[in-house]
Amino acid sequence: MANSNDDNKTNSPSMKRSIINNGMILGLFALVSTGLIVVTHLLTKDKIAKEIELSLVRQLTQIVPSENYNNNVYQDCIIVNDHDLLGSKDDQKVYRMRNNGSNFGLMITTVAPDGYSGKINIALAISNEGNILGANILNHQETPGLGDKIERSKSDWLNQFNGLSLKQLDKEEWQVKKDGGQFDGLTGATITPRAVVKAVYKTIQFVESHNKLLFNKASNCSVSKDSILDTSNPEESTNGN
Amino acid sequence: METSLNNSTIFKNGLWDNNTALVQLLGLCPLLAVTGSMINGLGLGIATTFVLVGSNVTVSLIRKHIPKEIRIPIFVMLIASFVTNVQLLMNAFTYELYLVLGIFIPLIVTNCAIIGRAEAFASKNKLLPSFIDGLGQGIGFTFVLMLLGAFREFIGQGTILDGAHLLFGEWAKDLTIHFYITEQKFLLAILPPGAFIGLGLLIAFKNKINS
Repeated sequence: MANSNDDNKTNSPSMKRSIINNGMILGLFALVSTGLIVVTHLLTKDKIAKEIELSLVRQLTQIVPSENYNNNVYQDCIIVNDHDLLGSKDDQKVYRMRNNGSNFGLMITTVAPDGYSGKINIALAISNEGNILGANILNHQETPGLGDKIERSKSDWLNQFNGLSLKQLDKEEWQVKKDGGQFDGLTGATITPRAVVKAVYKTIQFVESHNKLLFNKASNCSVSKDSILDTSNPEESTNGN
Repeated sequence: METSLNNSTIFKNGLWDNNTALVQLLGLCPLLAVTGSMINGLGLGIATTFVLVGSNVTVSLIRKHIPKEIRIPIFVMLIASFVTNVQLLMNAFTYELYLVLGIFIPLIVTNCAIIGRAEAFASKNKLLPSFIDGLGQGIGFTFVLMLLGAFREFIGQGTILDGAHLLFGEWAKDLTIHFYITEQKFLLAILPPGAFIGLGLLIAFKNKINS
């Protein structure tokens, strides 16, 4: 006991010094490594936002042939928010497709909140008349080999939505076959298709009930820095990141 | 002690004698999570190798300036910062590749193999050996990931190289080999328990070869 007390006494100034030293070095490293991330983030932020937007538009041309519309889709878009029908508290986007000024359809991003492992982000293209033109999965964490068959690149499961509308199917038919509905499930995965079907159903309800507004509201959500629209509201786009 | 090793021994250690997954049993968290298919394994392998080389080189460069007592938190910060930067840069400049490999990158932070190599090797060795160690360990890890992925994919869904086009482009669609078509997949192999069993078999197999 006495011994250790002695040690403490003799060591304490040098120990204090080494603690301070090490703390400073640690702090320095934290500053440098965080600083590097901050710099990279600032340098890449706009490019990333642009890439995401571009890929969204590429996805759109994958599901709707581009000869059907001739406006600049990715600058003609609005922000919508409906926690109940669009599955998320986050803002979603609606891109309007127009042909010489007449409305052709729109692509809306939506979320299935109840996937097997979290949210599934979906893009749904819907015609002016309310028919589904096509769907695409933007992002998901479903089980590889099972739930991930919802991806267009892995199977054509998504195609069964094409051409459907609220008029064609009753409420009970908007379910997977297992639950008495109209849609094929996926072998080995039940929860994933169920979540996607539900999200698609809710989303077309949303579009149906706001159709006029979605097409007519002034465009307000272009991400890219170089677009004119963005400068009016820079705050919003940074919050979105 | 380790400084006396020549470069080819260091490399061979990483590939076989001191393999990350089969001998050190490190990096199992991402390993078990993503080896459902061979291509996933390859994807994680490439990303891990890249980070491993980068972190080994960085740690080796600054090894003389790091006080012994606080080396671990410093390694953690370095690796986390490195991984995040790689992720951001990939997201910005190679977006297509990011869509494929992106999900693997955050997993690398949880890979103890990287901090393990920083601590066990790079912090005690010069630049070149550290670089070679990172490369060897990375390739050895990739090799196991692919083998395990192929094994689980073959048993689980009767294919090998399914999804190769995600990594290599459209032409690679033809690379997929279908061995048998199955309606009902063998779930045990695809889900994480299959990875444990598969890894156990691989380790047993390696020990058999060694003895």
